[in-house]
Amino acid sequence: MMNLEERAYGLRRDIIEEVYRSEAGHVGGDLSVIDILTVLYFKVMNVSPENWTSPDRDRFFLSKGHCVDALYMVLGEKGFFDKQEAIQTFSAFGSRYIGHPNTDVPGIEMNSGSLGHGLALGVGTALAAKMDHRTYRTYVVLGDGEMAEGSNYEAMMAAGHYKLDNLCATVDLNRLQISGTTKEVMCSDDMAEKFRAFGWNVISVEDGNDCGQLLAAYEQAATYTGKPTAVIAHTVKGKGVSFMEDNKSWHHGVMKKEQYEQAVMELEARRAELSDFKNQAEACGEKQARCGKEA
Amino acid sequence: MENKITNRQVICDTLMNAAQTDKNITVVCSDSRGSASLTAFADAYPEQFIEMGIAEQNLVTVSAGLASCGKKVFAASPACFLSTRSYEQVKVDVAYSCSNVTLIGISGGVSYGALGMTHHSCQDIAAFASLPDMRVYLPSDRFQTAELIQALLQDTRPAYVRVSRTASKDIYGENMNFQLDRANVLSQGEDVLLVACGEMVAECLEAVELLAQKGIHAGLLDMYCVKPLDKETLLREAAKTKLVVTVEEHSPYGGLGSLAAQAISEKDPKKIINLSLPDSHMIAGTNREIFAHYGLDGKGIMESVCRILT
Repeated sequence: MMNLEERAYGLRRDIIEEVYRSEAGHVGGDLSVIDILTVLYFKVMNVSPENWTSPDRDRFFLSKGHCVDALYMVLGEKGFFDKQEAIQTFSAFGSRYIGHPNTDVPGIEMNSGSLGHGLALGVGTALAAKMDHRTYRTYVVLGDGEMAEGSNYEAMMAAGHYKLDNLCATVDLNRLQISGTTKEVMCSDDMAEKFRAFGWNVISVEDGNDCGQLLAAYEQAATYTGKPTAVIAHTVKGKGVSFMEDNKSWHHGVMKKEQYEQAVMELEARRAELSDFKNQAEACGEKQARCGKEA
Repeated sequence: MENKITNRQVICDTLMNAAQTDKNITVVCSDSRGSASLTAFADAYPEQFIEMGIAEQNLVTVSAGLASCGKKVFAASPACFLSTRSYEQVKVDVAYSCSNVTLIGISGGVSYGALGMTHHSCQDIAAFASLPDMRVYLPSDRFQTAELIQALLQDTRPAYVRVSRTASKDIYGENMNFQLDRANVLSQGEDVLLVACGEMVAECLEAVELLAQKGIHAGLLDMYCVKPLDKETLLREAAKTKLVVTVEEHSPYGGLGSLAAQAISEKDPKKIINLSLPDSHMIAGTNREIFAHYGLDGKGIMESVCRILT
């Protein structure tokens, strides 16, 4: 089975293809959030094409909806639709794969796109779960630049007030937004303290591009009772492509051919490395098992 | 005897009645349960009532989230805040996602009178009618309000319902002839056709009587369904006269007058005059005083029609 890191790097490669072909999308944020999406969709959430119409499926809202390019790749990989269709038609005339989440695309819960809406939608679905005594959970992913939107704080307050422990918000804290650093544009320091002040349980993830650290945080969140949980994931914008990393100009930059080729080369090399590492680890594990048996 | 039962009270009664058997009916308020006359609902069905506090943006988006899980949501808040502060939430989360949310705009128009412009909602028709999939209703009395809410309980599409703070004069009675999205013809007359919605229908009824005393025969349409506008009835009745006068408790722009004029001029061009609130900051007073000041009471409407006809 493919490990999460390897899958995330494969999806990064898909994102590069999608945004290069379309000359659209928000590649920097896609690359910072992709590990979060990969862990949620492939390890944490109970949502798939098979249970999509079930009222008990987990709910997901990508509040930083401009990074839907990354979500399309994850949903395609998950089997909601043909990923190639999304890659080929993203942002094209008449395509359903537009630049923000919409329900014409299988696997998307609600039409969205304006920042500052996802958390309140999540409060609604989490409240509905409590009212109906259902056990599904709601996951929302926000951007750190997005946390300047005041509506988020109304939703945080309501989630804390109603002790929505079936709600888990993740802030993709990559410290950059379109005009500069979040610190320069509108200070969003002490994100953890902001959530705590509204009655949330907070888990800080030191490396929000590390699937193992993210998984541990979500496992902890799932068992926490009495408060909603915020996962503050410290990520790197543009993660995985050297010239994009931590560079605000790649918020929605368009790649030249040489840049595209370099990005592909770097991502495929890293993916191969992860795959080799996995194969070696598996071989080593098998050898150890055999040795143990022989002994 | 003058009616003392408000339309918001009727909405509460109708929802309480329905909530007995439909556990998905959910009322959401923004510290507005008292002003929306929904306290009785909150007390009787606490498990179907959600308080969002003074946070109208959250009120609307949370309502959409609830609706996505099968809840039939009625979100009640003063019309002034619903239609401006939460406008983007209505556009994106209710209209764009076609959520099963009915927005109840209480104390609509100039109901809050002397509280001033911050509390007036004279742009709500224009704002909401321009959103795809959004329906806009201004019922004219308590009987029509009850029928409208009953009808909206039967479907799953978004709607905005504006009601006044004060009790509306009775126009209909029990067992009124109500059809969703169909205007009611309240008077037939060949000299002028009045087209009104909400509180203005009662004022127009009075104007019809005053005009009759002067030998002017006025028709009257209760176009409570501002969107979707009942164009069929409108065009049929407009065809009987040379003059159409629309009357609304709204800005002169983008409301019933604009929508009716657009519909008529496309098919049957004729003189259409809109009587509305002014495009300016308004005088302080009760809603009735404000109506009279701007010529939107029965007498003022009658005088305007006479002036136009001469």
